[in-house]
Amino acid sequence: MYEQLPVPYGLVRFGVAPDHPEVKNCIEKFEEVASSPRFLYIGNVTVGRDVALKSLKPHYDAMLFSYGASEDRKLGIAGEDLKGVVSAREFVGWYNGLPQFQALEPALENGEEVVVIGQGNVALDVARILLTPVDKLRHTDITEQALETLSRSRVKSVRVVGRRGPLQAAFTVKEVRELMHIDHVQFEPINRSLYPPDIKKLPRVQKRIGEVMLKGTPPLSSHSTNSKSWALDFLKAPEQMNASSANSRQLSSIDFTHQTFAPDTDPFSKTAKVLPTEETSTLPASIAFRSVGYKSTAIPGLSDLGVPFDEKLGIIPNDQYGRIINPSTGPGSLTAGHVHGLYCAGWVKRGPTGVIASTMDDAFTSADVIIRDWESEVPFLNSPESDKSTGLGWYGVKDEVIARGVRVLDWGDWLRVDEMERLRGKNVGKEREKFVEVEDMLEGAGFVNFSRRG
Amino acid sequence: MAGAVLNKASLPRALQRASVDMSTSVKAARIRPFHCQSNWPSTAPVGVDATRWSAPAQSHIWNNFQPAAMPAFVRSRRAFSTSPTSQHGHIDPPKPGEERHVTFIDKEGLEHTFEVSDGDNLLDIAQDNDLEMEGACGGSCACSTCHVIVESDHYDKMEEPDDDENDMLDLAFGLTETSRLGCQVKMSKELDGLRVRLPSMTRNLQASDFESK
Repeated sequence: MYEQLPVPYGLVRFGVAPDHPEVKNCIEKFEEVASSPRFLYIGNVTVGRDVALKSLKPHYDAMLFSYGASEDRKLGIAGEDLKGVVSAREFVGWYNGLPQFQALEPALENGEEVVVIGQGNVALDVARILLTPVDKLRHTDITEQALETLSRSRVKSVRVVGRRGPLQAAFTVKEVRELMHIDHVQFEPINRSLYPPDIKKLPRVQKRIGEVMLKGTPPLSSHSTNSKSWALDFLKAPEQMNASSANSRQLSSIDFTHQTFAPDTDPFSKTAKVLPTEETSTLPASIAFRSVGYKSTAIPGLSDLGVPFDEKLGIIPNDQYGRIINPSTGPGSLTAGHVHGLYCAGWVKRGPTGVIASTMDDAFTSADVIIRDWESEVPFLNSPESDKSTGLGWYGVKDEVIARGVRVLDWGDWLRVDEMERLRGKNVGKEREKFVEVEDMLEGAGFVNFSRRG
Repeated sequence: MAGAVLNKASLPRALQRASVDMSTSVKAARIRPFHCQSNWPSTAPVGVDATRWSAPAQSHIWNNFQPAAMPAFVRSRRAFSTSPTSQHGHIDPPKPGEERHVTFIDKEGLEHTFEVSDGDNLLDIAQDNDLEMEGACGGSCACSTCHVIVESDHYDKMEEPDDDENDMLDLAFGLTETSRLGCQVKMSKELDGLRVRLPSMTRNLQASDFESK
């Protein structure tokens, strides 16, 4: 398993919210896999940069791409690059200690009003982290830097805005419920007409989310000071981001075009379509989070292996089971076919959606087809040519990678980093205190005086 | 080394399972999710670490197998699910006179009945007996990977699932009116004789284009 960071676990470490530690228990399973003598961890090696895909190819029978979605979808509207407009993905990476985003420094002390654009669980995670009293996060594995910034936050109101209605929103009920249960945070009641008169007739999942939303939060006591609020705004599409009059680089408000359900659509169906109306409105915002989905990108050298990339869907084209397909490799001249020995799994296979259960099933399917192909003796990575794979795997490229000055971590190295992080955490009353810089991770693994690129 | 010559139906259950796993022939029906094919072949000489391919505790037949007689690639059904570090999965045998019975119907439709104690939850029972049930969150009601469907009329005798459990069930594949999370159902006198089914993703794997060539 090649991993570009020194540390493993991807989104479980850098995506799952720090206040959801139980979700991270799946790490126990990963540790079990990693304990296999047939598993090799190759950390801190970026495939496509530190080692070319075509250099790896001769040494393997099969490769599986499961590198996820490393970019986010843009809104494509004016003002999106103003100061104060933050990618939710980067914000999540920042508070979870992803090295790439440690310099984000969200200006949470700049104003009281936040708008989150998009209505998935990432949007709700952002809202929850902003609204949760910072003391409730102190025992989690959120970074110290994030705690420090959050403790200076002046944010009082978070509006989570979506283009469609509540029955089309992507968030799940647990995340909505959690937001209803934060002390001193009031939910602005939603417009009842967005739901059918008899909510009990909705399918179970939609019905239960609806019940939570319509119930809202209990009224605050009149003595309550220092209260915060959150709201879900529906049927509003962002039109443009406006700078403040005092500072032409700083966000101050967002214009929205109101939407209405298309005449040929059932507004209570999951797939309802919307159309823009003439009506517009403006929401004040000192910070806006863009949270309209993630996107995978091609890694360098995919095309050398005959792997296409679907830029529009942001996935590697595949047969839905996990076999990578190429339009020109089919058995007939007009059919797409499997690119021998190449497979994919996870978000790069099916797009950036789903919970752990769906990702798990998806991964099992990909593994199943690899086994099935192997047992069916279909061609693998190097079998169409006469020479088979060298069977060397990592050891076929190791010298070349090390010669580039790359410090490579094996599983034992990671376990040392893990132990160090837990120790650091113990000192501050946390499960762990993550290293947030690659250099510190390497030092934690016991590498001293390294320099990555000379 | 073909399990094919064995008449599976005539063998005790544990051995039936073993014979399936011992077969090296290529049969699509054998393909199971990765997680039930783990139990890595040891790098140690065969027989050195017999616990690596330990079988269900109640299988005396399996325990009497001579490890040296078995090929290195034999895999048990032991899944990822039971790791030495994992906190769940410890089940004590029931006290005499307080045995409760629970039947799991697996993805292949096979029934597995176990004698268990009050208080044991279905996830622990399944994992302790090598059934294919995940528990990705370690039984903390934070995922839906231990989803079971209650087949017997015991559903109404159970306490209602709470909001947390229902929130996770909402994300489960193949949700039914009698779905529960295995980690939240604890055995009791009232639930003696419980029957639950493990839902299966209908994956219907399609062959690679090249298979038929």
